[in-house]
Amino acid sequence: MTADEPAVGDDGTAAKDPSANAGRADGDPRVGAGRADGDPRVDAGRADGDPRADAAEASGGTAEADVWERRIADGLAFLRRRVTGDYPVDDFGFDPELTEQLLARVLRPLYRSWFRVEVSGLDHVPADGAALLVGNHSGTIAMDSLMLQLALLDDHPAHRHLRLLGADFIFRTPMLGEFARKSGATLACNPDAERLLSDGEIVGVFPEGFKGIGKRFTDRYKLQRFGRGGFVAAALRTKVPIVPVSIVGAEEIYPLIGDIKPLARLLGIPYFPVTPFFPWLGPLGAVPLPSKWLIECGEPIDTSALDADPDDPAAVFGLADQVRETIQQTLHRLLLRRGSTF
Amino acid sequence: MVLGARMHAVAPRVVLVTGVSRYFAAQVAARLAADPRIDRVVGVDETEPTGVAASLLPAVDYRRADISSPGIARLVTDAAVDTVLHLAVVAGPTGAGGRDAMKELNVIGTLQLLAACQHAPTVRRLVVRSSTAAYGASPRDPAIFTEQTALRAMPRGGYAKDVVEIEGYVRGFRRRRPDTAVTVLRFAPFVGSRADTTLTRYFSLPVVPTVLGHDPRIQFVHADDAVEVTCRAAREEHPGDFNVAGPGVLLLSQAVRRAGRVPWPMPDPAMTTVAQLARRSGLVDFSLDQLDFLVHGRVVDVRRLIDDFGYSPRSTPEAFDDFIAGHGMGAPVDAGGLDEAERLLRAGGRAVLSGLRSMLAAKGDRP
Repeated sequence: MTADEPAVGDDGTAAKDPSANAGRADGDPRVGAGRADGDPRVDAGRADGDPRADAAEASGGTAEADVWERRIADGLAFLRRRVTGDYPVDDFGFDPELTEQLLARVLRPLYRSWFRVEVSGLDHVPADGAALLVGNHSGTIAMDSLMLQLALLDDHPAHRHLRLLGADFIFRTPMLGEFARKSGATLACNPDAERLLSDGEIVGVFPEGFKGIGKRFTDRYKLQRFGRGGFVAAALRTKVPIVPVSIVGAEEIYPLIGDIKPLARLLGIPYFPVTPFFPWLGPLGAVPLPSKWLIECGEPIDTSALDADPDDPAAVFGLADQVRETIQQTLHRLLLRRGSTF
Repeated sequence: MVLGARMHAVAPRVVLVTGVSRYFAAQVAARLAADPRIDRVVGVDETEPTGVAASLLPAVDYRRADISSPGIARLVTDAAVDTVLHLAVVAGPTGAGGRDAMKELNVIGTLQLLAACQHAPTVRRLVVRSSTAAYGASPRDPAIFTEQTALRAMPRGGYAKDVVEIEGYVRGFRRRRPDTAVTVLRFAPFVGSRADTTLTRYFSLPVVPTVLGHDPRIQFVHADDAVEVTCRAAREEHPGDFNVAGPGVLLLSQAVRRAGRVPWPMPDPAMTTVAQLARRSGLVDFSLDQLDFLVHGRVVDVRRLIDDFGYSPRSTPEAFDDFIAGHGMGAPVDAGGLDEAERLLRAGGRAVLSGLRSMLAAKGDRP
């Protein structure tokens, strides 16, 4: 906001030429078309993160005034829906409006400017219909899941919502559980996973769980055990493709060097993280390091073509291992490609 | 096969309805009594029906009887009852006269009634009112309960425990009388234009206490749909367990705002104290399972009911809207007022914007 305002002052002459402004605003398909059509939720979200839209706003007084008036109107309409409770949530408690208007807006600067996330292989995620995204988990807090969620919402051509599966610890914790449900997450259990997949949703799972995000910095990019492989059974039963997702960058945001176990036990959390900066620097130590992120969605595994029985543990473990190997190898390749950590 | 079973199912001739002094059971009994195919509807309760319930019952053969006494067996045999609707399951201790009396009625009452049915050869159909409280409410449960979801832990709170026990007895009855078609209807909490329950009174509070950090998904069933489903279960044959709820969910915060109330989030321990105080003062009859409901919520799958009964209950938001309208609740400011507020704020925003712009322009002009 502050960046825009002086620009208006500098470019004050443009305000006197309304035709030029109109032309410019229309010339930008993101701003012009976005404002014209009636869906404020998606467009407001997109235009916000788009540097081009900001440039167009700054270029002239009237265009800028229109955009801001539109934003105020959208904001008020949003507040009104919130105050009167007039918004839809699905059976899992997912609130798409809140996710797009609030969560995505908060995460977008981190995604674009802080971690500079580069996503590849999004064409492996279907534009409609279900898929199970299986990723490596790291980074002390589950920032990687949120970044993957934003990657699918912003950068996938179909702007898909990722429905994450979380540990019961999340849903037991006040605030966190409420927020997780509203952002589309649900408990990592087979009934929920299979229901979401049958409904044609994109489901995201991190089978390493706390073993993954809570591992030491020295173990970075070493995949941990993949639980009981329940995710494979869910995909087999619903016959949806499994997409292995490799995430590089999350390991370095909070380099975990220790765990204060008694404190963790006292607080009822899986571990109490100690990083070179936390808890020593207090809230400042909670600022994630700006590592460079690469996310790659790999070749999907077509489970409908496989002749595997979801109730056969050997078949399930075999497939889980295959997914794990694929992610591990992709991680090595991405690390080489990334070069420097920051 | 299910369709075939329904076609061959004989319409009931003599129906016994328990708990008819209460509004829900009275409505069901009255509806069945008005059905020309049914010869006789016997309504029992241990208290005399009063008010609206009494006015519904002229066509019903009311018998004052305590179902938790062995006398009920004689009634079932003498009247040659073929269909039993066990609706005398009470949700709160206030109506029943304390927790002990409530448990007596719910658990012992069911036990005696089932024993009576077991020894009555005429009984061919049994419909039992249960509750989705049978699933409990915890963060380790799947988001949506189906009829097959197993109970993870014994729920706290009297009503939920009673319901779990009742369902246990019903399972036993099914084993002993396989020739009887047993339907268990697990109802979500009732709402509707006239429904008056603990939960509807909760939403009528001017400031609604909620649990800080939790915004559960809740589900209701419209009271009229509950009556319709129960009557269909009595007339047709639908053996098995069925969730009866309005499809869709509301978040608690959403429901509170739709009712035009102000949510008052407070930490869990404080909420427990408030619930106990409210209960003691008689203002709101609140039990711990209801508190769990307000922390973790409870959502059930209704596909089985819709497929088997061929009936779709009103959605949860629709049912709740009907409750709000029926109780004269709603947004504290009407839509016109909100429009006015929105216009004012927009005008204010515009004024602030133009003010800012002229200020910046002035700054820009300065060298």
